[in-house]
Amino acid sequence: MIEIREVSKSYGAVQVLKSCSLSIGVGEVVVVCGPSGSGKSTLLKCVNGLETFDGGEIVVGGLRVADAAELRRLRTQIGMVFQSLELYPHLTALDNICLAPRVVLGRTRAEAEARAHSLLARVGLTGHEAKFPSQLSGGQQQRVAIARSLAMDPVVMLFDEPTSALDPAMIKEVLDVMSDLARDGMTMIVVTHEMGFARRVANRIVYMEEGEIVEVRKPEDFFLAPQSEKARVFLSKILDH
Amino acid sequence: MSNLDFDVIWRNLPYLWEGLRLSFMLAGLAILGGMVLGAILAVLRMSPVKPVAWAAAAYVNFFRSVPLILVIFWFYFMVPLVLGRATGPFVSALVAFTLFETAYYCEIIRAGVQSIPKGQVAAGLASGMSRFQALRHIVMPQALLYMTPILLSQSFILFQDTSLVYVVTLRDFMTSASTVANQELKLVELYIFAAAVYFVVCFTGSRLAGKVGGRFRK
Repeated sequence: MIEIREVSKSYGAVQVLKSCSLSIGVGEVVVVCGPSGSGKSTLLKCVNGLETFDGGEIVVGGLRVADAAELRRLRTQIGMVFQSLELYPHLTALDNICLAPRVVLGRTRAEAEARAHSLLARVGLTGHEAKFPSQLSGGQQQRVAIARSLAMDPVVMLFDEPTSALDPAMIKEVLDVMSDLARDGMTMIVVTHEMGFARRVANRIVYMEEGEIVEVRKPEDFFLAPQSEKARVFLSKILDH
Repeated sequence: MSNLDFDVIWRNLPYLWEGLRLSFMLAGLAILGGMVLGAILAVLRMSPVKPVAWAAAAYVNFFRSVPLILVIFWFYFMVPLVLGRATGPFVSALVAFTLFETAYYCEIIRAGVQSIPKGQVAAGLASGMSRFQALRHIVMPQALLYMTPILLSQSFILFQDTSLVYVVTLRDFMTSASTVANQELKLVELYIFAAAVYFVVCFTGSRLAGKVGGRFRK
């Protein structure tokens, strides 16, 4: 489904991605973790072309990300959820979800709204259709953002630290929606520090440090016995606090 | 105050009205032209092509650093030279005001657009929108909300500034009032009247602008 082959990227003299390769199958859930500045978010954003890369290749569902002519079509098939939520503040929850399907896919308002209603129900927000983002809690906003991505009927979902900006009390409601999505067979790449979620939901864990993919393991192996010293230190820091 | 003669205003009303019409005309056309050119300049100013952005910035900084009255003077002599024929003071004043205000409108529009977090555009692009679609559906509706009151208040400043065209012998409202004041020796009456007219136009205008802004915000 997703082929990342030897992707590299530099900002001037600083190499932020060092020949990263990863292959992800249909329905697979991959959690990417690592210290901040390790290149996790950059790698994720390369997958839908929000970040460019200098070397290597990324292919999603047969379409090459670097191919400018294919990029917009590719993006319609890849949903993305951001750390900073990024709902459109001038639109209601319902209109946030309907905008891209109407503008990009050319769906009618009635079609888009029918779909939006069922997606809001799916993320547990029936009754909040007419609210503006400022009237919703952070957790509710992030669930609307997930519904907004799903409205494009993506085959892949990317999550960039979806719970990092949320109050601890709201993290669970977002993770629950993501777990449901994984159970329904969605192919997902999730950058997160939520190790409980990673252990329960991920098929594989990718550990990154300094722009490099250091380890790719099954969660049970990764958490019990990380191979690299770096990952061991990282895990001891975030698990024992 | 009892010996003030406000009847002089009634007697000269058609003459004063002509002056006010010129002020409205000049301000109206300059606002329209300034906003259109300002929007184009703002796009250039935000261009990823550096020399284009620099050129636009240089334009803005230049016009914001010189007094308007100098610009009016300057174009009074420049425009006929460039066009190679006499144009009359109205055209050259209109060019001066339009190009001067373009710099201010550009900055207001740019600030409005840049007040929208980049992440929202990224969210739009990530869902397959083109840059234009993201601008049209995500950035502009919000930026307009933010810009409208500032654009309108800049426009009222422009209206007041049209009184500077006396330097190129144009007969705007202020000049008409001055002329009548001197001919009829009724300085106090005419200047009170002129102040009242500017106040009424700008005050009612800005109240209306506030209402419009308020309705947008809902």
